[in-house]
Amino acid sequence: MPPEPAQSFAVTLRVNGQSFETEIDARTTLLDALRDRLHLTGTKKGCALGQCGACTVLLDGKRVVSCLMLAAMAEGREVTTIEGLARGDELHPVQAAFVEHDAFQCGYCTPGQIMSAVGAIREGRAGSDDEIREQLSGNLCRCGAYANIVAAVRDAATREA
Amino acid sequence: MQPFTYAPVADAAGAAARALQGASFIAGGTDMLQLLQEGVAQPAELADINRLPLQGITEDADGAIRIGALTRLQDAADDARLREAFPVVTEALDLTASPMVRHMATVGGNLLQRTRCLYFRDVSTPCNKRLPGSGCSALDGENRHNAILGGSEHCIAVQPSDLPVALISVDAEVQIQHADGAERWVPVEDFHRLPGDTPQIETVLRQGDVILGLRIPAHARGRRSHYVKVRDRASFSWALASAAVALRLDEGGRVTEARIAVGGVATKPWRLPRVEQELLGVRLDRDRARLAAVWAAEGAVTRSGNAFKQPLLQRTVERAIIEAGELA
Ligand SMILES: Cc1cc2nc3c(=O)[nH]c(=O)nc-3n(C[C@H](O)[C@H](O)[C@H](O)COP(=O)(O)OP(=O)(O)OC[C@H]3O[C@@H](n4cnc5c(N)ncnc54)[C@H](O)[C@@H]3O)c2cc1C
Ligand code: SF4
Ligand code: FES
Ligand code: FES
Repeated sequence: MPPEPAQSFAVTLRVNGQSFETEIDARTTLLDALRDRLHLTGTKKGCALGQCGACTVLLDGKRVVSCLMLAAMAEGREVTTIEGLARGDELHPVQAAFVEHDAFQCGYCTPGQIMSAVGAIREGRAGSDDEIREQLSGNLCRCGAYANIVAAVRDAATREA
Repeated sequence: MQPFTYAPVADAAGAAARALQGASFIAGGTDMLQLLQEGVAQPAELADINRLPLQGITEDADGAIRIGALTRLQDAADDARLREAFPVVTEALDLTASPMVRHMATVGGNLLQRTRCLYFRDVSTPCNKRLPGSGCSALDGENRHNAILGGSEHCIAVQPSDLPVALISVDAEVQIQHADGAERWVPVEDFHRLPGDTPQIETVLRQGDVILGLRIPAHARGRRSHYVKVRDRASFSWALASAAVALRLDEGGRVTEARIAVGGVATKPWRLPRVEQELLGVRLDRDRARLAAVWAAEGAVTRSGNAFKQPLLQRTVERAIIEAGELA
């Protein structure tokens, strides 16, 4: 982060356990930095206004929408994206549950759904179908795969518990 | 987005000094980024206030609860002391935005959220609040979400935040520090201003002011309090109408204290003294709740698209009183 107000500057971002240094314009959102600078394109851009959840990532372990955050504000924080979930070839349990339950159609909302579900399960807020629906209400699915998404999250939550 | 410069600030004095030079603050960024994306906000400089030591909730010796301005909405919602003493506040937070937004958004920023009026956020249309003197597109336009209370011929935009509505019902105050170091307290009820003929001025804040936090006084403890929010979908939406109710009952079930405020329907978080008065001294039952709630829409002015809010408001207040009084 710049010590004095500046229009462009270097930032160091910690993403999925790795450090990346990159020169950015002050206007760069975390979402754009992830996709265009670090080429981590798993995080999707839908509305860019916080309303669809496609860009959900974890910041210090908590769910946030990366479109409503300046990249500069993520400096010194730990960012986890969809690319950071799997252990080598082994899918994260929530990823595996999405595959098993056919919890997507076009797949555009899926990385955001999965990151939001991982956050909800970690926060202990995926205890019932109603709670899962409420907790994932910030993640919209234009294909309407909701029924299978709830089933996948429920399954992953029980397996992780 | 227009270009701007960015830098973090270390303390409230530094932040206030930058503001006097024309900088805008960014806290959680959830409203600021929207306004930047849509070209509604065009600051020359953003001062990031996230390093200020204003996070967290503490309890004073006398039982008052203080909430730092940078406390995230989710952290406040999860605070056990707050939930126990002032459930109306944590219920309002539970019903605010999405979990992602609640992890980012701060309580200070929430008080300053700008209106969701469609025209305010669309720079291609006239809007007195965004561009004073350009006219109000909502008066005869798409005004389903606009206010029926507190409007003027210049602006009928709703102040859309849930939290301040709940805070009014527990007599909360905002702590503000000015660039000259002077501190002052303003009741949440007096924090927002009516649009009148200056809809661009929304609060009592002056340039160089920083919100430090909120305080809910000990005397508001012991009220039964509750928040009801009605919206177009079951979750993740701003209120069409909402009601915060806080009541104190004596052993005989008579109302000895009443605070009622509503959101989604007015140009500022709106207190309902007449409804409060109707409840005072009465033994609460469902009929009393209904009769009192009729006064909720006193003075309402409806437009082409928002007349439905008048009965909706009355019923929302009625339901909130019934549920707060456990008459359901
Ligand atoms: C999709 C979505 C849905 C939402 N739904 C709801 C809802 O249902 N109910 C609801 O109430 N809100 C809702 N919101 C709004 C959200 O709660 C606010 O955007 C948020 O609380 C603003 O806080 P922030 O910290 O992100 O503010 P920022 O965007 O950082 O700042 C907002 C304004 O406050 C100023 N500011 C911030 N902190 C201070 C301070 N300490 N002192 C002085 N000035 C300060 C900034 O300069 C800026 O002008 C929603 C938002 C989104 C994106
Ligand atoms: S109601 Fe207020 S915010 Fe909406 S268009 Fe009119 S002046 Fe602008
Ligand atoms: S792209 Fe961030 S919420 Fe839609
Ligand atoms: S699977 Fe297509 S948007 Fe959700």
